[in-house]
Amino acid sequence: MLDKSIIEQFKEIVGEKNVETSNMSLHSYSYDATPGFRKTPDVVVAPNNTEEIAEIVKICNDHKIPLTPRGSGTNLSAGTTPLKGGVVLLFKHMNNILEVDEQNLTITVQPGVVTKKLIDKVEAKGLLYPPDPSSINISTIGGNINENSGGLRGLKYGVTRDYVLGLKIVLPNGDIIETGGKLAKDVAGYDLTRLFVGSEGTLGIITEAILKLVPMPEYKKTMLATYADIDDAARTVSAIIENRIIPATLEFLDQPTVEVVEEYNQIGLPTDAKAILLIEQDGPESVVNKDIEKIAEICKELKAVTVSVAKNEQEATALTTARRSALSTIARLRPTTFLEDATVPRSQVAPMVKEINRIAEKYNVKICTFGHAGDGNLHPTVPTDVRNKEEYHRVEQAFAEIFEKAVELGGTITGEHGVGAMKAPFLKLKLGEEGIRALKSVKQSFDPNNIMNPGKMFFEEEEKGE
Amino acid sequence: MDTLVKERIQVDFQNRMDRDELENCMRCGFCLPVCPTYIQSGYDETQSPRGRIALMKGIVDGEIEPDEDIEQTLNECLGCRACEPACPAGVNYGQLLEEARDIFNQNKQHSLPEKVIRKTVFEGLFPHQNRMENMTSLLTFYQRSGLQKIARNIGFMKLFPETLATMEKVLPSTPTRKEMRSQASYYVHKSQPKARVAFFKGCLMDTMFREVNKATIELLQKVGCDIAVPDTQNCCGALHGHSGEKEKAKELAKKNIAAFEEVGADYIITNAGGCGAFLHDYGHLLHDDPEWSERAANFASKIKDITAILIDLDFHLTPLQMPEQVVTYQDSCHLRNVQKTFDEPRLLLQSIDGLHYEEMNDAARCCGSAGIYNIVHSELSMKHLDYKMEQVKDTAATTIVTTNPGCLLQMKLGIEREGLSDKMRAVHIVELLIEAVDRRTSV
Repeated sequence: MLDKSIIEQFKEIVGEKNVETSNMSLHSYSYDATPGFRKTPDVVVAPNNTEEIAEIVKICNDHKIPLTPRGSGTNLSAGTTPLKGGVVLLFKHMNNILEVDEQNLTITVQPGVVTKKLIDKVEAKGLLYPPDPSSINISTIGGNINENSGGLRGLKYGVTRDYVLGLKIVLPNGDIIETGGKLAKDVAGYDLTRLFVGSEGTLGIITEAILKLVPMPEYKKTMLATYADIDDAARTVSAIIENRIIPATLEFLDQPTVEVVEEYNQIGLPTDAKAILLIEQDGPESVVNKDIEKIAEICKELKAVTVSVAKNEQEATALTTARRSALSTIARLRPTTFLEDATVPRSQVAPMVKEINRIAEKYNVKICTFGHAGDGNLHPTVPTDVRNKEEYHRVEQAFAEIFEKAVELGGTITGEHGVGAMKAPFLKLKLGEEGIRALKSVKQSFDPNNIMNPGKMFFEEEEKGE
Repeated sequence: MDTLVKERIQVDFQNRMDRDELENCMRCGFCLPVCPTYIQSGYDETQSPRGRIALMKGIVDGEIEPDEDIEQTLNECLGCRACEPACPAGVNYGQLLEEARDIFNQNKQHSLPEKVIRKTVFEGLFPHQNRMENMTSLLTFYQRSGLQKIARNIGFMKLFPETLATMEKVLPSTPTRKEMRSQASYYVHKSQPKARVAFFKGCLMDTMFREVNKATIELLQKVGCDIAVPDTQNCCGALHGHSGEKEKAKELAKKNIAAFEEVGADYIITNAGGCGAFLHDYGHLLHDDPEWSERAANFASKIKDITAILIDLDFHLTPLQMPEQVVTYQDSCHLRNVQKTFDEPRLLLQSIDGLHYEEMNDAARCCGSAGIYNIVHSELSMKHLDYKMEQVKDTAATTIVTTNPGCLLQMKLGIEREGLSDKMRAVHIVELLIEAVDRRTSV
């Protein structure tokens, strides 16, 4: 429990109504979107600006009070669960788009802006902000930056990291710093901007961001190819890129996913297909048409059973339905849904999917795999029930083996969700003892009192909370 | 709330809440951007479906004790169920909410005035259509006798809260008792009927919004329906169900099921989104009653909104005409989110010559009427309404079309509050369609 006088100090800084201590509020901020993690914080504070945050951080640092920043709580690695209690810091008041700079093609935002709102704003001006995580309608840009979120357009356009030009940050000692700027080139000192992107709230608090925008592609086309053999689908992915075509989207669904999607949605997918690829290309119309034609050819050469190209927007939507309904269909199978993001080099997608299927059989759990084939980012998804302890244990074992395999194939334990508390036990697989030591020394130098989002990224035993 | 009450509530939560349904919430947050109370509260998790489900689950799991704060956030939910179509896991939030509210309500000591009001409304008035008629004829007397004029002149309504006072102004001119009683119970179509339907007339729709019901029957006749109107039907029970009076709702449901079984129609037609959705949910309401579960499910499967049957029977392909005007459509939350009827009303409006249909931004967002929400939570309700009226004004529409009496009244209220009553009107869709039919026949 926090001392009453500290709560009073918070109230003086941000105003009484922005400090919540009711049981209801504390309970409501005790979780995020990650199954199996929950911990009640001591207080929930919603600051109005950077200066207030600096004051709050100083108090926390002086008293060694844990502090967890939180946007909309859509995190899938327990990154926004306040595992050590303390303060949950909300950005609900800091949700303004500060500037769209059409000369420099940048947008300056506060962290609480919902990503979709940002995207709508720039698209209205004929510009594109490419990172598009599936939670786009509710996730905040602050969360996207802290987790270095990806999305469906990652293959061609990159991820959040590639669009962050500058940040305003409150450091754990209360200092306010600014990194980068509206600059294409900047080599002044260490690249702190990149260090903070994906830092998962463990190094400081991002309170403003300058993001890069690109021109909106003028034309888009969508197609779907089905395969009787996973290897053919995987070879198609490699062949497309070998042919010097980078599609905007190159998505994959495996057979278990196709089966459940078809069973529930009846959209006419062949349930005997071992894999489906959803491909989109955007750009100048003539280029898109040429690319799509060539891709269709490659698909057929590599034994696609069916290849369909959408003739219009409506047909395109029909094709993307399969991919978009994957999660919601799997989520309806059982009470708990674990959505993971093991990632491998794209040449290893087929071996990885086969490994996942073997592991599913070994531990007798259902695993549906879909994801971003183009960038090797797979989402093995397990419908289960956390109340069934025995089964849950098998799910945990299966995931541990999946992460091991991913790393073995030259991949990583997380492609876009972050390490958080969920993947912390596996970070060593990817980085080794030495790597973790290097990371810890960075953490130590910024946050010697370990107040910033403690319990995340670095594994300690028994992190699961209440 | 004293400890004993809290303990009783917790035990009831453990015994009565559907644990699988609570567990189904994967906390992904996809419901947040569509939740009106979450947005209106300035993004407060406690005012969101995910938050409310977490609180219900917290009580069941014994992680948090039930208190006034939780009761309040449950009551401040509009129950619009916009979260349900947005939910990847398909959680039946509306059912969880109703059960939780019922538990709080059953364990609560109501103040004496509230007891009287609840008893009057839930037991004395709505279940008895003859008393609804009496109430309405009292209103008619008030409107037609000159009393209304006097009351307005002396500023009597100023003694009431702003919402009620404005509400008094926008109530439709109601029928007399004689007019209400002059309804046939069966309308046989002359030639071979295209469909055999039964009409659920509702309590408010059949009294205060009598004209809408008349227009509905006329439309059904025009498209070739054989229509039965069972006279033993009664209030759907939505008001009870949503206000923590579940047992009363079940009684009403059983009477309705029996009434409609007798006429054995292919479809049961409704013209009030709220009632339609509650009837549509009878299957769940009575799912653990062995004698009634199957009958309820069968009843529920026949529910169809008037706009849906009109589209089914190609009404929109017949020539319809109106004077040049811009119209916009306010979705009835329950018609859209529970009955999944949202294309049909739009198609109908777009099929009328002379009408320019303009979709408003966030048409699916609740207008804040929500049963008796606009009376009980007047201040919050007006915030939802203010947002809605901004969207309406952006369309430049002069006619707002609705498909539910609550929304209709609320939109009338919105027009009055904005001082736009001389240039804008709100109508039920069937009223507009009948106008379009009449106009076509007259030209």
